[in-house]
Amino acid sequence: MEPLAIYKRLKDKFGDRILEIAEAKPDPFAVIDPKSIVEVGRYMRDDAELAMDCLSNESGVDHKDCIEVVYHLFSYKLRHGAVLKVKLPRENPSVAALEVVWKSANWMEREIFDLLGVNFEGHSDLRRILMPEDWPGHPLRKDFVEPLEYHGISTVRESPIIRLGGKKK
Amino acid sequence: MSTLRTEEMTLNMGPQHPSTHGVLRFVVRADGEVMREAIPDVGYLHRSIEKIAEKVGYHGFMPYTDRVDYVCAMFTNQGWGMACEKLAGIEVPKRGEYCRVIAAEFNRIASHLLSAGTMGMDIGAMTPFTHAIREREMINDLIEELCGARLTFNYMRIGGVGWDLPPGWREKALAYLEHFEPILDEYNALLSFNKIYVERLANIGIITPEEAIDYNLVGPNLRACGIKWDIRKDIPYSAYQDFDFDVPVGAGEWGKLGDSMDRYMVRIREMKESVKILRQALHNLPSGAVLAKVPRNFKPPAGECQIRVESARGDMGWYVVSDGTGYPWRVHVRTGSFAAMGIIQKLSAGLMIADLVTLIASLDVIAPEIDR
Repeated sequence: MEPLAIYKRLKDKFGDRILEIAEAKPDPFAVIDPKSIVEVGRYMRDDAELAMDCLSNESGVDHKDCIEVVYHLFSYKLRHGAVLKVKLPRENPSVAALEVVWKSANWMEREIFDLLGVNFEGHSDLRRILMPEDWPGHPLRKDFVEPLEYHGISTVRESPIIRLGGKKK
Repeated sequence: MSTLRTEEMTLNMGPQHPSTHGVLRFVVRADGEVMREAIPDVGYLHRSIEKIAEKVGYHGFMPYTDRVDYVCAMFTNQGWGMACEKLAGIEVPKRGEYCRVIAAEFNRIASHLLSAGTMGMDIGAMTPFTHAIREREMINDLIEELCGARLTFNYMRIGGVGWDLPPGWREKALAYLEHFEPILDEYNALLSFNKIYVERLANIGIITPEEAIDYNLVGPNLRACGIKWDIRKDIPYSAYQDFDFDVPVGAGEWGKLGDSMDRYMVRIREMKESVKILRQALHNLPSGAVLAKVPRNFKPPAGECQIRVESARGDMGWYVVSDGTGYPWRVHVRTGSFAAMGIIQKLSAGLMIADLVTLIASLDVIAPEIDR
């Protein structure tokens, strides 16, 4: 099934809870009401004509006015895919964890939590995954400012050209 | 006589451990030699590559993609190139696509050789490793001649590849393939069908097809569970539709379907298929340019896309968001190793500690690819 046909099927089933269907190029996507993401996910997995058995990618994007969580679904059975999005406020973004539907969400949600600070409600193990546990802030936020040092280790380095007495271009 | 104390142990394996394929750490809860669970702790090699992409621009990011997975950097190059091409609607010249396929398939053989070699070494067979590395060295030499680097290639560009094949390279590459195919049989005789080796691998870390899809395993790990799925075949990209090759899948010949031996054998057989593709590509190389005309100040229109590349570690997904400026707004790479690490905690319950090493090696995880 083509992505747009999939989104239409979702619209028929969920009505208002599918907030937007964007015919964007090259990849069209559908924006879902964050409150219904688990329900929509379950439906897409179990429905015989969609059969999305795999959550192939989940990532977060900071859009300055909101934070998006993007789900790339794929069906090995029917060989088609779809892109779902939820839009969350930048202050305390929170959405239900999808681990109950697809196991692969576990680690990808930990990564989004770590790097963008999205809280996944009901996640079984929401810990930082890539950054150290005591790292301040979430680095992939657009307004993130890197601390100058971490436990006495400098995170900046003087240009070796300046150190050798040369002029920086 | 005092009674023997029996209690659960917590062991720390890594981050510096010779058999964890990079800087990886496992916290192992074990009852004697049997593990209750092994909890992976990753992030030691996190270099914030996705953040760097937002700062250096589209062309500038190409050398960084090498560092996402330095064992098969051609595929990360290609993934980034393809994502940008899809965003901007650029068509790569036919010869450029062939050069990409040739470079990538050589890289796949090199990566699988490393995987097969370390697989043996991790469970105590030291010699086969040297055989595998010897062959890989020759591929490194070939690729060095092609692009000047042995690991971090930076060979591909947005719109094609940086250079055409050097004069005389095609003959050298074909001669290498002639030499390599019998070596693979020798390697099988030396290691793959060795009774001790098979017994160490068979029935260890069994993954069912449903689990594999649920945990989003990709590439050889997925195919070892009997699922015939290869991006090169099923969503053909680059020039792969021109070539005739098979997709080897696991069949549980030595134990249960989806065990470590299946994963190992899928990689060995894939090398043969890569040789097939390479022969066809080298013989039918079209003429023409290798690089499309791409502006130096590359600004794809605002939008977003995802592409999938069949890397040596499986389906690698690049998700790129462009806001129309010269810098990508967001880049995300979903790699095969990241997915494979997520399933280790589940598989480890009930395994022996020594088999954890087998399991990690058979999933072919590469630490920089997990952490990016």
